[in-house]
Amino acid sequence: MLQDKDRIFTNLYGQNDWRLAGARQRGDWDGTAEILARGRDAIVNEMKGSGLRGRGGAGFPTGVKWSFMPKNSDGRPHYLVINGDESEPGTCKDREILRHEPHKLIESALIASFAMGAHAAYIYIRGEFFNEARHLQIAIDEAYAAGLIGKNAAGSGWDFDFYIHRGAGAYICGEETALLESLEGKKGQPRMKPPFPAAMGLYGCPTTVNNVESIAVSSTILRRGASWFSALGRPNNAGTKLMAISGHVNTPCVFEEELGVPLKEIIEKHGGGVRGGWDNLLAVIPGGCSVPVLPASICETVLMDYDSLRAERSGLGTACMIVMDKSTDIIKAIARFSQFFKHESCGQCTPCREGTGWMMRVMNRMVEGRAEIEEIDMLEQVTRQVEGHTICALGDAAAWPIQGLIRHFRPVMEERITAYKAAHGGGRITQVPLGIPVAAE
Amino acid sequence: MSAHSPIDQIEQPDSFAFDAESEEQIAAILAKYPPERKASGTLPLLYVVQKQMGRQTGSAWVPRVAMDEIARRLEVAPIRVYEVATFYLMFNTKPIGRYHLQVCTTTSCWLRGSDDVVAACKTATGISGFGQSSADGLFTLTEVECLGACANAPILQVDDDFYEDLDGPRTIELIEALRRGERPTPGPMIDRVNSAPEGGRKTLADSPADQG
Amino acid sequence: MVKVTVDGIVVDVPSGSSALQACEAAGKEIPRFCFHERLSVAGNCRMCLVQVVRAPKPVASCGFPVAEGMEILTDTEIVRKARRAVMEFLLINHPLDCPICDQGGECDLQDQAFGYGADHSRYQEAKRAVKDKYLGPLVKTVMTRCIQCTRCIRFATEIAGVPELGAVSRGENMEVTNYVEKALTSELSGNLIDICPVGALTSKPYAFTARPWELKRTDSIDVSDAVGTNISLHVRGTAVLRAVPRVNDAVNEEWLADKGRFSVDGLKHRRLDRPWVRVHGKLQAVSWQDAFVAIGRRLDGVPGDRIGAIAGDLCDAESMLALKDLMTALGSPNIDCRQDGADYDLSHRAYYTFGTTIAGIEDADALLIVGSIPRQEAPVLNARIRKRFLAAGRGGFPIGLVGAPTADPTYKTELLGEGPEVLAALRDGTHPFAEVLKAAKKPMIIVGHGALTRPDARAILASAWSLAAETGAIGAGWNGFNVLHRTASRVAGLDLGLVPGKGGRSAAGMMSGGVDVLWLLGADEFHTAQIGPQTFVIYQGHHGDAAAARADVILPGASYAEKSGTYVNTEGRVQRSFRAVMPPGDAREDWRILRAFSEVVGHTLPYDTVEVLRERLATVNPVFRVIGGLDAVDVSALPGPTGAGAVSSAPFRPVFDDYYQTDPICRASPTMGECSRIYVHPRTVAAE
Repeated sequence: MLQDKDRIFTNLYGQNDWRLAGARQRGDWDGTAEILARGRDAIVNEMKGSGLRGRGGAGFPTGVKWSFMPKNSDGRPHYLVINGDESEPGTCKDREILRHEPHKLIESALIASFAMGAHAAYIYIRGEFFNEARHLQIAIDEAYAAGLIGKNAAGSGWDFDFYIHRGAGAYICGEETALLESLEGKKGQPRMKPPFPAAMGLYGCPTTVNNVESIAVSSTILRRGASWFSALGRPNNAGTKLMAISGHVNTPCVFEEELGVPLKEIIEKHGGGVRGGWDNLLAVIPGGCSVPVLPASICETVLMDYDSLRAERSGLGTACMIVMDKSTDIIKAIARFSQFFKHESCGQCTPCREGTGWMMRVMNRMVEGRAEIEEIDMLEQVTRQVEGHTICALGDAAAWPIQGLIRHFRPVMEERITAYKAAHGGGRITQVPLGIPVAAE
Repeated sequence: MSAHSPIDQIEQPDSFAFDAESEEQIAAILAKYPPERKASGTLPLLYVVQKQMGRQTGSAWVPRVAMDEIARRLEVAPIRVYEVATFYLMFNTKPIGRYHLQVCTTTSCWLRGSDDVVAACKTATGISGFGQSSADGLFTLTEVECLGACANAPILQVDDDFYEDLDGPRTIELIEALRRGERPTPGPMIDRVNSAPEGGRKTLADSPADQG
Repeated sequence: MVKVTVDGIVVDVPSGSSALQACEAAGKEIPRFCFHERLSVAGNCRMCLVQVVRAPKPVASCGFPVAEGMEILTDTEIVRKARRAVMEFLLINHPLDCPICDQGGECDLQDQAFGYGADHSRYQEAKRAVKDKYLGPLVKTVMTRCIQCTRCIRFATEIAGVPELGAVSRGENMEVTNYVEKALTSELSGNLIDICPVGALTSKPYAFTARPWELKRTDSIDVSDAVGTNISLHVRGTAVLRAVPRVNDAVNEEWLADKGRFSVDGLKHRRLDRPWVRVHGKLQAVSWQDAFVAIGRRLDGVPGDRIGAIAGDLCDAESMLALKDLMTALGSPNIDCRQDGADYDLSHRAYYTFGTTIAGIEDADALLIVGSIPRQEAPVLNARIRKRFLAAGRGGFPIGLVGAPTADPTYKTELLGEGPEVLAALRDGTHPFAEVLKAAKKPMIIVGHGALTRPDARAILASAWSLAAETGAIGAGWNGFNVLHRTASRVAGLDLGLVPGKGGRSAAGMMSGGVDVLWLLGADEFHTAQIGPQTFVIYQGHHGDAAAARADVILPGASYAEKSGTYVNTEGRVQRSFRAVMPPGDAREDWRILRAFSEVVGHTLPYDTVEVLRERLATVNPVFRVIGGLDAVDVSALPGPTGAGAVSSAPFRPVFDDYYQTDPICRASPTMGECSRIYVHPRTVAAE
C-alpha cells in the first residue's frame, strides 16, 4: 500500500492552506521554469515513460495522447482542455484537487500546455462545483498576480493563459467532444470521430482533453521522475491514483492509493470495512456507475487496477467504488443508474435516446418484479442493441451496469419476478414474444 | 422529471436588461474567449442572467427575453440559446423558489439514506413532489443526479452550496435554518473534515494539524 | 482518389469521401434517415451503420471518411443486426398512425421498416407523446412522429438561412421546435416537408388530401419566378393537388420556393372558364365564335398602329410568339412583354440574362447586388448565393448591396448605398468595395428589376456592365454579369422580340390611349385605370384578376399546369413543361386561341400543331433549339449595353412588397392569401 512519502496530493483533505503560500510549502511551483526548459519532447517522453494512464476512466496513456498533438502549428492555436466535469455516479475525486490542490493543477496545466504547444488552457468544471470553481479561480488569480501564469509564465518564456468554463448540469459533457461543444456554447452533444480533437478540437483547432487528475499529477511526475511513478503500482498499471469509497462502508472517504492493491484491503483500510463486516458484502461497483458490478466473491481477490478489473469483465473506471452490503436491493441500485443514463442521454442518436428510456422502464419493472422471466433476456438484448451503436460511449455505459447485473444477479431478478407473480395471481404480466423478432426481409 | 415546460405555459416578463453588476461579469467572461468565438459565452451568460434574476426577484431563473438578449449580445440565433438553456439542467426556464433544494438520489446517496433526506425536505417545506415549490414560494425541490461528492453522501445542494453527510433530522434542521434566513456553513453536517474519513485521517499522518 | 473495397467490389472515390459515398459508388444502397447529401452530416440516426474491416464496432457510414485500402461490408449479420436494432429503437416511440399519416406511401421510415423492421413490437411500455408545434400556415407538425433526425433544423439553418428551428431539452425529451410558436420566416419553408423523412412535418394546405399512389405526376416548370425551378405537378382527376420540386442541380438543386409550391390551390379559384363579351357595359357569357366575331368587328377598320398587345408574366413562349405573329399580321408594331416598364439592351443576350448561371454562383468569389432582393425575387437562387457564402467561409465571399436595406438576406452583406450613384463611385474607385471587386478573381454583379424598371435603367445597365468589365467580372471563361429577372415569361419574351417594333408603342404607351384595341395576354400587373377609357380591351388569360374586370372581351386561356409550354429562365435556359390537367370548361391553350382567332380575321397563323410552332420558335431564335441545356457564351469581346443619359440619384425600390401576391395565380390562392396576412400584413390579422 502507498506510503505517505509517495503521495502526490498531500493536501487532499484541505487540512492545510490550499492557496499559493501553502502550495509552495508543499513543493508546487518549485523550479517550474526548469521543467519547461527541458523542452517539449523531453517532457512528453518523461510522461510516456511514467506509464501514467488517463485518470478519467478510459485509461489511455497520457503521454501518448500528448504526443498526438501536431509538433508544429499550422497557424491554428493549440489548446489544452481539462475535463473537470466529474459527474459519473460514485466519482468524487477531482473535486478534492479543485478545491484543495488548485495550484498543483495550474502548474501542471502550464507544463502540459507547453508540452503540447498550447498557450491557453480551459478547464471545464461541472456547474454544481460552484465553490470548487471559486477556489480554483482564486488560485488562478494568485498565479497571475505572482507571474506564474500569463505572459512569460513562471519566468519560462512561455505565455500561458488559464481559464475556467463552468458546465451547467449535463453528465454527457464529460465526454470529450461533448465537452468541447459545450465550451463552444452549444448543447453538449458528442461529435462524430474522426476527426479527433488532436486534429480538430476546440474551435476547430488541435486540442487535447485530459482529466483533472491526469493533468494534476504531471508536475509531481516530472519533478520526481518517470521511474519513481512507474515503480509504483503494477506493470501497465503504474502509479498512484485518487480513489473514493462510498456506500455501505464504515468510513466513506477519498484517498490516494497505489494501483494494484487488493480491493478488499482498500475497503478494509480506507473504508473502515464493510458495514456489518466483510461477510455482509454483497457487491462492489469498482469505478463509477458505468463499470459492471462485481459480486462479493470476486471482490475477495481482485486487484484495484485497470487490467485486473478488466479481466473480471468490469473496469477501473474512475476508481471511485460503490460498496453495497447485503441489505441492498441490487436491482434497484442498478435501476437507479438506468434512470441516471436515461436522464443524461443527450438525445442525439437513436439507440441511446430511445434505448436508455426503454432500459430504464424495464429495469423499474424488474425492481418490482412486474415482468416476465423472458424479459430478462430481452433486456439483455436491448443492452446489446444499444452497445456499440452510438456516437459516444454513453450508450455503452448505460448498457454495462445492466449486463453486469444480469451476469451476476440473474437469480435475484428471477426470484423477484416469481414473488411478484405469486403475490399478484400469477398471470402473464406482459405479452413477451420469445426470441428476437425476425426482420421481415 | 425535469422536462422543460412549454414556453407558452409560463408567465414571461416583457423585457430584460443586464444590470451594472452583470455587465461587469459579462466583460470578464467575454475576455476569456477569442473575439470571434463569443458564442462560448452562452453558458456563462445564462448564469449571469439567472443570478441577476435571483438578485432582483428572489427567483433565479432565465426568462425568454433574457435568452433573446444573450443571443443578441453573442450574435447567435435565439434558438441556439433556447437549446442550450433547456439542455442544461442547472438553468431554470421557469421561476423557482428563493431556495433551490437539489437533492441527489443517485445510488451512492440512496445507499446512505437519500430517501430520508427527500422525505425530510418534503416534510419541512410542505412540497409534495419533485419540481414543485412550497406554498410560501421559499423552496423549490428538485431531484438531481449525482453531485460528485459521493464520499460525503447523502447530499443536498442548496443553491450553490453542498450540505453533506445528511440524514432526515439534520435536513429538517437545515431547512428550518434557511427559513430563518440563516445560511449554515456548507460541507459535512457531521464531525468530519471534508472528504477525510469520519474520525480522522488514515493517511497523510505527518501533515500539520487539521484546520477544519 | 482513394481505392476502397465495398463487399468485394473495388471502387475509386475522391479522398475525403464518406464510407456511404463509397458504398453508393459500388452500387450498394445504404439506408439513412438523418443523412441528406445537401445538408451537413449529423450521424445521429445510426441507420447507415456498416462494418469496416478492423474497426471494433459498426461505423456510421455517412460520417466516416474513407482511407486507402479500406474494406467496407454492408451486408453482414452484424450490419443487419445493427440496422434492425436501430429500426426497433426508432419504432418503439413512433406512433402506429400510418393510416392517418400524410407521409404514408412516401415515408422513409415506412420503407425502411420493410427491410429492417420486425413483424411485432417487443416494447411493452407507454409510448412517448410530443406536443405539436406551430410553424406557420404552410408546415403542419405531428411531432410525436418525429425521429429527431434534425434534417429540418439543418435545412433551416444551412440552406434556408433562417436558424429558427432547434432541438430543445435532451434525451428522450428532446423536441424539435422553434420554441416561440411563431411562423417560420422563410420563402423556402415548404422544403422542410420534403426533407422530413417521416410524417412529422407535412404540408398544411395538402393535409389529408390524397395518397401518393393516387397521384399522376407531370413534369412542369415553376412560373412564379424566373428561376425556372423544375417541378412535378401531382394530379388526381382534374385537380392539381400539389407541386413538388424535381432535382436539377443546374437550376434548383432539389428546392422549390413556397410560392411555386403552395400557390397551386390558386389554380382552382377565380378561373376564367368561358368566353365573355361586354354588352352595354355588362359582361355576358358567349361562345368562342361570338367572342371572336366581337373582336373581329371591333378590329374592323382599325389601322395596325392603333392595335397593341401586352404579354404578361406567366406566359409560355409559344403563346407569346403566336401573339407577336398575330400583331405582325395585323400590321401592328405595338407589342411588349414588359408590363413593368423595364428597359433592356437586346442587342446581345448577355445583356439581359444571368450570365454567371445559377450553378456558376458557386464559383464566384465576390458579389455586388444592384437593385434586387434575391431572397424575395428568386428564393431558390438566393439559396445558391447563401450556399456559396457558407462554402467560402468567413470573408471568402464578400457581398455588396446597392439598394434599399432589407430584412435579412440570409447572408452577410455590406450595404454600399441605396442608389445608382454607388456604381459611379465603384467605377472611379472612391468606394472601398471597388477594391473587393478588383481583388476578386471571379466577381459577379447582379442587376435586378429595382434598377431596370426606372427611367435611367439603360444608363444603370451600361454602367454596371462597365463596372463588371473593369473589375474582371467579364473575361474569357468567366461571365460575372447578371440580370436577375423576376418573372417566368420575360426572357422568352425578349428572346422572341416582344418589344415595340419600329415606331411601336411600349406597354405604357399603349395603355395611355396609344391604341384603340389592346390585347392583354395574361397581363395583370398594372393599374387598369391606366388604360385609356376608350380603349377596347381583350383579356386572354386564366384568372379573373384585375385586367379581366376591365376587359371588353375575355378569352379563357390555360394556366401553366394546363398546357405544354416553353419557358426561359433568368439564365436564358430553355425549359419545357407538360400538361398536367385539361383547362377548365371552355378554356383553351393560349396559342390555339390565337391561332383560331387569326383564322377568323383572315390572317391564319402558319402552325396547326405545337411541333410546327416550336419549329418556328427555333427559327425566330435558335436558342429555342436546346432544351434544358445552356451553351457557354464568350462575352469577353462584347462592347457592353448602350445606355446614355443621366443616372438619377433616387434610391432603388423593391419591385414588390408582398412576395405572396405577385401574380394572378397566387392572388387566387387561399394559401398565399393566408401567408400574405400572416407574413406581410400581420397587423390586419384579428387578435385571436
